[in-house]
Amino acid sequence: MPERLIIRAGLVIDPARKLEAVRDVLVTDGRIGDVAPSLARKSAFKDVPVIEAKGKWVIPGLVDMHVHLREPGGEADETILSGTKAAARGGVTTVLAMANTVPVCDSPAQLSFLRAKAKSDAVVNVLFAGAVTLGQKGEMLSEFAKLKAAGAAALSDDGRPVMNAGLLRRALEYAKDLGLLLIDHCEDSTLSAGACMHEGAQALRKGLRGSPWAAETVQVLRDIALAELTGARIHLAHLSAAASVAAVRQAKKRGVALSAETSPHHFTLIDENIPGYDANWKMNPPLRETDDRQAILEGLADGTIDAIATDHAPHGCAAKAAGIDLAPFGVIGLETSLSLAMTDLLHKKVLNRRRLVERLSTSPASLLGLKGKGTLAPGADADIAIVDPEASWTPQAPFQSNSRNSPFIGRRLKGRVLTTLRAGRIVHAL
Amino acid sequence: MAPRDWERKDLLGLEGLSASEIETILDLAASFKTSPPANLLKNRTAAFLFTEASTRTRSSFEIAAKRLGCEVLSFSPISSSLSKGETLLDTFLNLQAVGVTHFIVRHERSGVLEDLAPLLSASVINAGDGAHEHPTQALLDLMTLRERWGGFKGKKIVVLGDIRHSRVARSNLFALKKLGARVVFCGPTPLCPDAFSELGATIEHDVEKALKGADAVNVLRLQLERMEQGFVPSMADYAFSYQLTAARADMMKPEAFVLHPGPLNRGVEIASEVADGPRSLILEQVSNGVIARMAVLSLCEQGRSLA
Repeated sequence: MPERLIIRAGLVIDPARKLEAVRDVLVTDGRIGDVAPSLARKSAFKDVPVIEAKGKWVIPGLVDMHVHLREPGGEADETILSGTKAAARGGVTTVLAMANTVPVCDSPAQLSFLRAKAKSDAVVNVLFAGAVTLGQKGEMLSEFAKLKAAGAAALSDDGRPVMNAGLLRRALEYAKDLGLLLIDHCEDSTLSAGACMHEGAQALRKGLRGSPWAAETVQVLRDIALAELTGARIHLAHLSAAASVAAVRQAKKRGVALSAETSPHHFTLIDENIPGYDANWKMNPPLRETDDRQAILEGLADGTIDAIATDHAPHGCAAKAAGIDLAPFGVIGLETSLSLAMTDLLHKKVLNRRRLVERLSTSPASLLGLKGKGTLAPGADADIAIVDPEASWTPQAPFQSNSRNSPFIGRRLKGRVLTTLRAGRIVHAL
Repeated sequence: MAPRDWERKDLLGLEGLSASEIETILDLAASFKTSPPANLLKNRTAAFLFTEASTRTRSSFEIAAKRLGCEVLSFSPISSSLSKGETLLDTFLNLQAVGVTHFIVRHERSGVLEDLAPLLSASVINAGDGAHEHPTQALLDLMTLRERWGGFKGKKIVVLGDIRHSRVARSNLFALKKLGARVVFCGPTPLCPDAFSELGATIEHDVEKALKGADAVNVLRLQLERMEQGFVPSMADYAFSYQLTAARADMMKPEAFVLHPGPLNRGVEIASEVADGPRSLILEQVSNGVIARMAVLSLCEQGRSLA
């Protein structure tokens, strides 16, 4: 007997098929069997277990293309197990884990180890990015072809910028031949050196060293030129500055093969919101100003920014207690991304439901070239989130994540993930 | 009689204080100057925790505490367990447990006291945190000017020099604005970014325009390391454009004053003839520092006993 279940009478939102209607979703052996009205009433399915979803959304599980799982080397902060449990709680069914682990994921052996570990531990799908340069030192390219053969889903030196334009050019050319997406963390470290927040009146007021918006935009403009030069696709991680959004918009108009993401904290928060010297509000790129946040919202609305990705970056309490100037960069985000997007984008009419799901699931799946993800089309993987659009809740520690470095603790959110299925199996239920 | 309008046990900065709280400190300092107080801090113990060098501030605080009858615990963090990796909070808690009632702290990191102070019953007084605030320095600056002027309404005060890295500039800005003065920040853009205007300062990169019609100028020290960090091409180039020379000082009002928080780099940010000239209140600042700090210590003691 096939393993089956029906999710009944939810509002199915599937941007890939432009579908937004009340439907029953039949799951068969981990894949979408059928999406149709009133399947549950058919006698053929009378013994199939039912999950009631009336008044709820049924959407393809989120694809978060920017996550730090910290394993190996930082297991106290996060592991593949704890990080994927956090993902499941947030309705995220696929994550792309960045390569800045200890050691760096820059070799086929390391990648094989991680994939085996994910196979045994992960509760959602984990893809791995390989490093662009050996040890992420920005000196020598890592072995892209071997990394791809070992299962790398993308390439990124995220956490460190690739400062050498000549090296990035060759990386783009090589990645293009292999069909691998290169994800760049845009930051000119000569402009950002020593900074712990955005450079502006708030940093001046607090007497803290800031990084100007131009530290990001300078590299965005460089990357656009290199994408144009090489014809390779480049994906820009976590955009934060208005000028970066404008540059990407223009380049896309010219037809440059370019995509971009932003993170929930950049579409919700600005530097003025940082309470005192709280390191749980410290991330890279930093929270910027009102105009930047507005530009991010516009970029999300008009598609300049293709995807929402959390840049989930767990750090333990002790590391964050060192203070905003000394603490490591990063905030967790997997458990709150959908709720923040609903609260600040959907309910504030920046994005409609379909666009929202597109930015969180369909687009990132497509950018990563994932088949059967980001959609609920029959035959697709049954990676599904069931969401209550009206439920209000307030994030509080502890989280499923091993860490609790979130600026969103205590913030009232509207919209909540009730149930998450991965390949037809429930991996989170509220 | 306890001064009204003061309930704080700590003084971490002037940004969060009301105008009347600042006036309370200045009034008390003025009254201390004419009639020195009794042993207001008898049976109290002050500990000094300085992670940066200091001559003026530390000796001034130490004399202030002793004049109030306070015991002073000599404590140097280099020889303490801070160098063994004990956290700052643990150090505070242990010293509090042995009876310290007042912490006087200088630290190279901005904002380092903000989260610590609420966790202690002892008073915490900021003697300079990174590039953030140096409240008692600004208070003694204000005290010195108020003695001459009576008040600050309509006064134009120029702060000249390395504003970016200056806790003195920030504390002066916050306090002077609250008391009705106009504050002009002047320096080359790398050391005096325009975004300071969002905090209420007027920004002027031309020193002569800045000084024109000013009632006072507060000259900041330029540290040698700013040249190494690329904020200015050289000390000489900085001095060429921004040194307070006699000719430049004379662009202010005839009766205008010159202040400097020290230590002086004679011939860099200020010419000797100005530092030692008739406009200079630099040594008065230093004397007033003791009185202003006595006022702060007594008020924080009052706030501490209220808690």
